[in-house]
Amino acid sequence: MMEPLIRLTSRAVPLPGDNIDTDIIIPSREMRSVSKSGLADGLFAGRRYTEIGGRDPDPDFVLNQPQYAGAAILISGANFGCGSSREHAVWALAEYGFRVVLAESFSPIFADNCIRNGLAPIPFSRDDLSEMMSAAEQVQDFTIDLPRGTVTVGARQFHFSLAPEPLEMLVTGADAIELTLNQRDRIELFRSRDRELRPWVYLD
Amino acid sequence: MSGGHAPLTLAEKIWRAHHIADLASGAQLIAIDRLLLHERTGGVALKSLEAAGRKVLAPSQVFATMDHIVDTTEGRSDDTRMPTGRDFIVATREGAHRHGITLFDLDDPRQGIVHVISPEQGIVLPGLTLVCPDSHTCTQGAFGALAWGIGSSEAEHALATMSLRMNRPGDMRITIDGTLGEGVSAKDLALALLAELGSGGATGLMLEFAGPVVEALDMEGRMTLCNMATEMAAAGAVIAPDDKTFAYLQDRPHAPQGDVWDRAVAAWCALATDPGASFAKDVCFDASAVRPMVTWGTSPQDAVPLGQVIPDGNHAEKRKLDYMDVRPGAQVEGLAIDAAFIGSCTNSRISDLRRAADILRGRKVAPGVNAICVPGSMQVKAQAEAEGLDRIFRDAGFEWRNAGCSMCFFAGGESFGAHERVISSTNRNFESRQGPNTRTHLASPETVAASAIAGRIVAPSMLEKA
Ligand code: SF4
Repeated sequence: MMEPLIRLTSRAVPLPGDNIDTDIIIPSREMRSVSKSGLADGLFAGRRYTEIGGRDPDPDFVLNQPQYAGAAILISGANFGCGSSREHAVWALAEYGFRVVLAESFSPIFADNCIRNGLAPIPFSRDDLSEMMSAAEQVQDFTIDLPRGTVTVGARQFHFSLAPEPLEMLVTGADAIELTLNQRDRIELFRSRDRELRPWVYLD
Repeated sequence: MSGGHAPLTLAEKIWRAHHIADLASGAQLIAIDRLLLHERTGGVALKSLEAAGRKVLAPSQVFATMDHIVDTTEGRSDDTRMPTGRDFIVATREGAHRHGITLFDLDDPRQGIVHVISPEQGIVLPGLTLVCPDSHTCTQGAFGALAWGIGSSEAEHALATMSLRMNRPGDMRITIDGTLGEGVSAKDLALALLAELGSGGATGLMLEFAGPVVEALDMEGRMTLCNMATEMAAAGAVIAPDDKTFAYLQDRPHAPQGDVWDRAVAAWCALATDPGASFAKDVCFDASAVRPMVTWGTSPQDAVPLGQVIPDGNHAEKRKLDYMDVRPGAQVEGLAIDAAFIGSCTNSRISDLRRAADILRGRKVAPGVNAICVPGSMQVKAQAEAEGLDRIFRDAGFEWRNAGCSMCFFAGGESFGAHERVISSTNRNFESRQGPNTRTHLASPETVAASAIAGRIVAPSMLEKA
């Protein structure tokens, strides 16, 4: 069970640029243990600290600026989360406290990983994003309403739509595996019929 | 297949054959035929599955290998250059044993990079759905399977249910016409497509490669092409299976045998896009003009033909230019290199090594260049050694390694040095991908070999003239 995400108000961290890849979100060297946790310190490590492998904050990097402390929303450009499929990127973002990423587009694997961890990947047009980016730079509050599909910043409202399945998973916080296991009979039926049609698939 | 029905794409045909149920949300429950794990994420997924009290539904359809963080040097053990690497290896091995999953362990002659060994072992087959917690799983779409990368949570879902909850990705097709020129290989084609379409050129779409150039490629070339689809943000890649596909797979250990093989091939012959099927994005590309390519920046789309300058339009990309220490209007060709790397799921198969060896034969790596060859699998390595290719690599001054991902990416252990310039047959030139602040230029294995000899980035043809 994940924490449901329905409505949220927070500042937004502006991280302009396209193709922010998962190596940037969390460098491989920061994934040291066979675990989903303990990753927040590695988030954006290559840009956040003054030295590779170090922990001295680089004051120029946005996450180190006090006005963005505790923000739960991240704004970036196109093809966010491209590259390695490492779910550690999402685990690190979530552990750090992010619940929403607003971007022009997402790598498909990254977007799925977000949904499975209660993080909403919401796509917007380039124009909307540049407006939001300025608002984020001015440290305005953003209110995200998932069921209504709105982001409200001051008097300005932006609209989005997520596909129904991701929306439901985020809003209910449901465990996907549990939901699917409720359909176990359908899966078994499919597999026994399919075994007749495509015996080469089944190796037992 | 299409009689009376609306024409379907290849991807949709495979999708429909795997439809288990419609979900209330409008998504679908899709059957997964093969799940591949590796030590980087396999251990985490299995541990997490157990912690939730769940079982692996069909262990015989799950395979695991050691590739991402294993040591690739001679006499390797569970200890890796990455300080905690052993934990990942041990967790994956123990998890695989507990659940009855076939594991290609460190000492197994079948061990290697997951996308190299799956075809070798006949694990991927046409018409299958195959997933792996690795973004380059699209490589295996070369066999006419729907193959795509997933995260660890989805891997757990597939382990427990042999299914995934998904919306069907839209379809995209790239029809590649013309013929590839002399000395131009699938990697150059992939980089040229990336330069043309961009790193978001196929975002979220299942990408079919079609046309005479694709048909003319051998299976290894097709794998190289499909491998790079994820660099265009594609959901996956697929190529219609044909006689080359069947010939490659016949008699592989996990491929069907006898009557079942015949039945399978008959079914696989229907796996092609129907005439008139529609695509969300349908692109034609003429391959005749493609030249040997090299990247200059920190995204695989930043590729230019060798001999051409970095286009002026890139002046704004300051971060990239500084990182790579290159300038618009300047050539990539001629830049002095510190290292040369041949390996990875893109270009580490036997045909890649043969083409590189042809260039290296009788030549020497330039002084000061750290040249490394890592075969994609222990089978590729054994085959290369049977052909004497290892001698050619070693005599030229290349290190000759055991199979694995090795320095395709920096796992926290071994790496190239800061600001070192590396010419590499891999697929990603991201910042710090091959080591902290290492500068990566992507190219074909031929270009890597030629550059290693020259000590600077050159096209293979330049070397012959020298
Ligand atoms: S060789 Fe490189 S790209 Fe391929 S699976 Fe290994 S790390 Fe990933």
